[in-house]
Amino acid sequence: MTLKKNILALRQKKAIVEKGGGDKAIEKQVAMGKMTARDRILALLDTNSFHEYDLFVEHEEQNFGMASKELPGDGVITGTGTINGAPICIYAQDFTVMGGSLGLKHARKITKIMDHALKMKVPCIGINDSGGARIQEGIGALAGYGEIFYRNTMASGVIPQISVILGPCAGGAVYSPALTDFVFVVENISKMFITGPNVIETVLGEKISQEDLGGARVHAEITGNAHFYALSEMECIEQIKELVALIPHSNQQKAASVAPKEPKSKKNIENIIPADPKQPYDVRDVILALSDDSKFLEVHELWAANIVIGFGRLNGETVGFVANQPLYLAGVLDCDASDKAARFIRYCDAFNIPIITLEDMPGYLPGVDQEHAGVIRHGAKMLYSYSEATVPKITVILRKAYGGGYIAMNSRHLGADFMFAWPGAEIAVMGPEGAANIIFRKEIMEAEDEDAMREQKVQEYIEKFANPYVAASKGYIDAVIEPQETRELLLHALEVSKNKDDYRPAKKHGVPPF
Amino acid sequence: MQTEKPEYVDFAVTARKYKTLLTKKYQNRRVWVNPSAFEIQSFIPGTILQIFVKEGDVVKEGSPLLILEAMKMQNRIEMPFTARIKKINVEVGVRIPKETLMIELEEV
Repeated sequence: MTLKKNILALRQKKAIVEKGGGDKAIEKQVAMGKMTARDRILALLDTNSFHEYDLFVEHEEQNFGMASKELPGDGVITGTGTINGAPICIYAQDFTVMGGSLGLKHARKITKIMDHALKMKVPCIGINDSGGARIQEGIGALAGYGEIFYRNTMASGVIPQISVILGPCAGGAVYSPALTDFVFVVENISKMFITGPNVIETVLGEKISQEDLGGARVHAEITGNAHFYALSEMECIEQIKELVALIPHSNQQKAASVAPKEPKSKKNIENIIPADPKQPYDVRDVILALSDDSKFLEVHELWAANIVIGFGRLNGETVGFVANQPLYLAGVLDCDASDKAARFIRYCDAFNIPIITLEDMPGYLPGVDQEHAGVIRHGAKMLYSYSEATVPKITVILRKAYGGGYIAMNSRHLGADFMFAWPGAEIAVMGPEGAANIIFRKEIMEAEDEDAMREQKVQEYIEKFANPYVAASKGYIDAVIEPQETRELLLHALEVSKNKDDYRPAKKHGVPPF
Repeated sequence: MQTEKPEYVDFAVTARKYKTLLTKKYQNRRVWVNPSAFEIQSFIPGTILQIFVKEGDVVKEGSPLLILEAMKMQNRIEMPFTARIKKINVEVGVRIPKETLMIELEEV
């Protein structure tokens, strides 16, 4: 009888805490168009798979009237569960409990589940919805943030870390997501900034709304803080599931294989790319024509659109695609594009995902703003990350490969395992017009008709050098291939690279140009 | 992201122009303007606490022009070279953004 009583008491206790901030606070949360923390976890995880821990953890703060305050779960739900059968660790901040504010115990619940994830080698997903530090707890809250950042860093490159911003995430709180691998945001719901509009207005007199300062769209398109952008929480949850299915769950595993499927893209790969190197096209059509089932999960879709990165599968195995995008800014490399690609390359390398590089780029973006924004430093990140990567690295030059860009886009010289080029590829030190202007400057200047001479010299240069055969004659390109052969060759190259073992000198770590 | 009928623009990279679309960030980029030595701009947003000069004054290099308080620091803005104060565009007590033209100078 006593046991039964105890069980009933437990159920009662649980029911109270599981309500979080209570009915009124939940009503408010829903009125803001937001799901509750618990509903978010249940929607993301497989049915009945969620198991919660530390439900009865309580804060220990005595000051500022906190002694009498009961905060269910201390404002955060932590636990384990599965997504499509794969185990994960998860935490979700509960905005209905004192605004999801972070106190020391709240943080310790988070670090405990993070430690668990790192030990068990499973992904860690954090759902952020918090007003920030619990000011009443003073530096206890700061300690909590710091302990989370430390673990984010320790887990980096070992297990995937995913941050989902479903509410405010301001001040110090933003740095945990910034340290994780993928950040998801939702229109009208996510807000991220170091200092909010109020502080900015008081200190600087600049008036801006939360949305314009650090809304979902801003981080997805302007800052690049967010990797995935959704219009609703449910869409966001579907995106997370899709990503979790594609990535390995630790650096010691490989991503789950699925049955290989031929691309279903109806577009003939030969017709996607205009022969005129000045005409644009959407490089994502090439990716869809190459990838299994024509599926591609684009990362950073809106930010630095001049380069495309994301995951797809080839022969049932996950690969990372990095592709210049002639549709935007002619596919140039600039600060943001270099940043975007470099981090993705490092992610793929850390998690044993082969990298497929599709190249069609005219060079680096010229401009004072670029130079002063540090295009040297940012551009160097690409060289570093490609050179450093030991996963299989395969490049297909689709059309243009000029100058520094040619080197940066996983060239042979940076350690590419396979270099393929389509027959229309132009691999050259620069575009023919620029090259002819320099090499034949004298002839052009001395000619009676300068323009005619320039045009003649440009044509000469195009015929002699704007092709893949010069590079192929030096062995920089392994094979000039027909577009139709590309998928077959990629599958084969990956098959051959399966046991790739690449030597790197022993070191504590390198010093990349962060 | 792609609109129904994309409006491609000419985009010059070295000697060649490519047809392409522009990103919002690129369109909003700041175009470089060569700064004039005769324009004293705020290097940080803040509040004008004190102004030591008036229009028409000839001020020696190194003399204080004004105090710009920002992030709880009082920054003393000094005359970069000896010149005449042509125009003062700020008043004591006003809060100004970064790169506000505070004082215009002219040669003596």
